[in-house]
Amino acid sequence: MTSPRFIDRLKTGLWDENPGLVQLLGLCPVLAVTSTFVNGLGLGIATIAVLVASNGLVSATRRWILTEIRIPIYVLIIASLVTCIELVFKAWFPYLDRSLGIFIPLIVTNCAIVARAEVFASRNTVGASLADGFVMGLGFALLLMAIGGFRELLGQGSLFAGMDMLIGGEPIRGLVLLDGGWLLAILPPGAFFSLALAIAAKNVIDRRQREKLKNAMLGQARRARK
Amino acid sequence: MSASTVIKGGVTLAVIAAICTTLVAFTYRLTEERIDANEQALLERSLQPALSGLFYDSGVTESKIIVPPPHDLPGSEAAIIYRVYAQQEPVAALFVVSARDGYAGPIRILVGADTEGLVTGVHVLEHRETPGLGDRVESTKSDWVKQFEGRSLLDPTPSEWAIKGDGGQFDQLTGASVTPRAIVKAVKNTLVYYDAHRDELFADAPAESDQQKEVP
Repeated sequence: MTSPRFIDRLKTGLWDENPGLVQLLGLCPVLAVTSTFVNGLGLGIATIAVLVASNGLVSATRRWILTEIRIPIYVLIIASLVTCIELVFKAWFPYLDRSLGIFIPLIVTNCAIVARAEVFASRNTVGASLADGFVMGLGFALLLMAIGGFRELLGQGSLFAGMDMLIGGEPIRGLVLLDGGWLLAILPPGAFFSLALAIAAKNVIDRRQREKLKNAMLGQARRARK
Repeated sequence: MSASTVIKGGVTLAVIAAICTTLVAFTYRLTEERIDANEQALLERSLQPALSGLFYDSGVTESKIIVPPPHDLPGSEAAIIYRVYAQQEPVAALFVVSARDGYAGPIRILVGADTEGLVTGVHVLEHRETPGLGDRVESTKSDWVKQFEGRSLLDPTPSEWAIKGDGGQFDQLTGASVTPRAIVKAVKNTLVYYDAHRDELFADAPAESDQQKEVP
């Protein structure tokens, strides 16, 4: 897995083709659960687990599946996996499960998962598909965490509040940096603004890099001419 | 699609469905016990905030009474009453009721009161109030619900069981008065009910408590 190709794939999943930032898939959870960092992290972990498992299963069965019935089969596989993950969350992270509520079962409807099954897992080896599921899930999870952390910081002035839901123990209020905060950030519009800012930031960085590359190439060309 | 393709597709689907069902069934078996235990623990833990400073030795959740609507407790859904005992003697009662007039739908609250009618704790279980405004009634977000502890129908007097904005004695929350008003009213009505039905509630001995006993 440490081949350079995995690193390329990592960059693709986290940056170039980030399911949330670039493909804009699965926006429902991105917008709905990211009111805190912990919620983002929890749903991120669940999504990674479902994506890796569904990519693996779809890839492993790809030879026997007729193209005509592939979609119902993906739906079956994904729905069962999500049910399993939900049960696991209920058993081991009951508080997080309560906090995420309906959004764990709703992973079923995250089109990023069907998209990866269709675009990648149905055409590639099991190993590659597992890796793809992991990097794509990671890209999605990092976006959830970034937006969750951003909104929590702005809206409540804290970070990592409620970490006890994941790691157990006494209720944790997190790092309280400010008392109170900018309410709008936790309300639904805050989710849209944060996502827009994240996409804009990514575009700015990408453009800068493109320009740098272009200038470097121009410079090389000029030097070559001299 | 030829007939053989249809059959092949159907068989594939059936096989995959069987595998998926097995997977779910297996996970269910594996997690069933933990989930039950968690739910029980969650319930016991969710009742703790209403039991502050009480000594009791009974399993609280075992003495459950479900009061189906219509009833005189706040809320239009079934209310739940838990009775708390120490050495077979009643110590307190916990009420799970709904404050009907929240800002965004009913607010499910837990009210505990000892046999003297003194509030042992109020805790918001479920609500859909505005984040940052009404949701400060949650005990994780502010100490607002603490002000009920030790109060009773005599302290303050019934007319002062209201938020300060309405001439009562209870603090309100900046930017949100609907939520506190609804909760104060629900707590008061719960205490009124408790006052009227206290003897009935503890009429049956703790050992033979009836799980589904109906009370008016």
